[in-house]
Amino acid sequence: MSKPDLAVSDNSRRNRGADRKPGRWAWRGLAALVAIAVVAGAAFAAIAWRPELAPVVTPARAAFAPQDIETGAALAAIGNCDVCHTVPGGKFYAGGRALPTPFGTIYATNITPDPATGIGRWSEEAFRRALRSGVARDGHHLYPVFPYDHFIDVNDGDSHALYAFLMTRTPVEQSALPNDLPFPFNWRPVLALWKALYLHHGGFKTEAAQSADWNRGGYLVEGLAHCGACHTPRNAQGAERRDRKFAGGSSEGWDAPALNQTSPAPVPWTREQLFAYLRRGVDDVHGAPAGPMAPVVHNLARVPDADVRAIATYVASIADAPSPAAAANAPTRPAAPTTVTSTTELSGAAAIFAGACGGCHSGLPGASAVDIARSTAINAPDPRNAIRVVLDGITPPPGERGPLMPPFAGAFTDQQIADVLSYARARAGRHPAWNDLGSQVKAIRQGQSKT
Amino acid sequence: MTQININGRTREVDADPATPLLYVLRNDLELNGAKFGCGLGQCGACTVLVDGEAVFSCLLPLAALDGRAVTTVEGLGTPEEPGPLQRAFVEEQAAQCGYCIAGMIMRAQALLARTRTFSEQDLREHMQPNLCRCGTHMRILRAVRRAAAAMRAAEAVPLRKEAAR
Repeated sequence: MSKPDLAVSDNSRRNRGADRKPGRWAWRGLAALVAIAVVAGAAFAAIAWRPELAPVVTPARAAFAPQDIETGAALAAIGNCDVCHTVPGGKFYAGGRALPTPFGTIYATNITPDPATGIGRWSEEAFRRALRSGVARDGHHLYPVFPYDHFIDVNDGDSHALYAFLMTRTPVEQSALPNDLPFPFNWRPVLALWKALYLHHGGFKTEAAQSADWNRGGYLVEGLAHCGACHTPRNAQGAERRDRKFAGGSSEGWDAPALNQTSPAPVPWTREQLFAYLRRGVDDVHGAPAGPMAPVVHNLARVPDADVRAIATYVASIADAPSPAAAANAPTRPAAPTTVTSTTELSGAAAIFAGACGGCHSGLPGASAVDIARSTAINAPDPRNAIRVVLDGITPPPGERGPLMPPFAGAFTDQQIADVLSYARARAGRHPAWNDLGSQVKAIRQGQSKT
Repeated sequence: MTQININGRTREVDADPATPLLYVLRNDLELNGAKFGCGLGQCGACTVLVDGEAVFSCLLPLAALDGRAVTTVEGLGTPEEPGPLQRAFVEEQAAQCGYCIAGMIMRAQALLARTRTFSEQDLREHMQPNLCRCGTHMRILRAVRRAAAAMRAAEAVPLRKEAAR
């Protein structure tokens, strides 16, 4: 630590000055300040310092029970580990993906068992410590973009299963780029302060009065699944706001809608609808996951039914007892649905909606997609999810069949997209128009990569 | 009456503004290159260019075309004088049943208009929205690469002459 050294030299310099005026009292005051600085430095070092844990030889596959590896695979899918720890199109779990944060860009680490660049030399204890308290094997603090504020309550058995799964993946030698963070965020010991403020046990507590299903769901949702990382708003220090739990956050330029009573979904979610959405990737009433939620649901395909059902049970309970306003907003069909074959000639946005959107989103019997009046994105406070879905569509994961919704970026101008979204929102008839849509479409389009 | 600009010509169409461009092309203008596959933007058989971007004409209402330029496969050449991409598709015999080919050519045209040099990965990602049920994808990809090479060669000739002087 450099802090005490500085303090000593400071001290001696002041000491020489003390032979003359301003006198003994000033000298004592300065000495007290220095002493406080030394003590504070030492106390901070005590809080911030973590020991290195001894490296180990990478355990062989035979060291793990096959059942544990299998459980670990399902848990890693629930934790969505691959999404951050894999560059799109790159080797699984080899890290390197850029994770933009309000503080700078952090590059995800390699969590394959490569001894040099991955976690091959990590003991199970080191892995568990990293998972629950965000400290690497060598003792340095990890940034909370790794959601250890949720993983803190992962139990020993699950930590073991995750370790078994990751240590039996194919090792990949690949180092991540250095993080791009300004001072003081690039000085890792500062994270000790963040942890002192925001890293606490008890995100979920078992409730005996609730079903086993609900308790399992709570353990997963608040823990490994870290749903709040996107669906809870964050404060200026980048920590989730406990007073606004599940009130809606953001992720990768998308809104993560509220999961509590303030959900913008016109039709409150039931447990069965959540299960259909999370299990099969589509719910007839609410639609399909898009944006950063799509890979979450794709990962859940590898998770046992019981766990998905438990997650649905718990999430449904978060928004239980829909507000009277939501109940009064019972879904209504547009009075005069418009179709391509309509005899009355439409113009402008209405014609575009009828020709481009109405075939699937009319809400008429046989329509293949969510009724636009019931769309969460169309009824949300912020238009960005709706804009992104129209521009990019909803693309399937690599290797799977055609888009759930085709992209319209090339088909329409910014103003046409703005007009058709305004039309759809007015047609849903629940909320006032969005302001300044055209420039928002333009901004989002310019921010997106064109391939 | 609606005016639309197709293959460099202004055409007058008497159709409901909500009518998808594909129906106008096939039913009103006798431009039958673009095909109806799914009508849902899932297959790409109806792909045309609008202001240089490949789009599904089955989901593009007439109302959205004001002031924009549409290019169909008929706009790339004629049977007597095919364009470079059409020629490459013939030379590679990239069509089997042929239903997807007009869409494939137009999707590829959007890429070639932007760049003549692309990686195999870029090419596959670009062509991804268009489906072929016969399975001639390998020939289709070869045809696009052949067209790109031909276009690069054609552009390189004047440069070489320049250098020789």
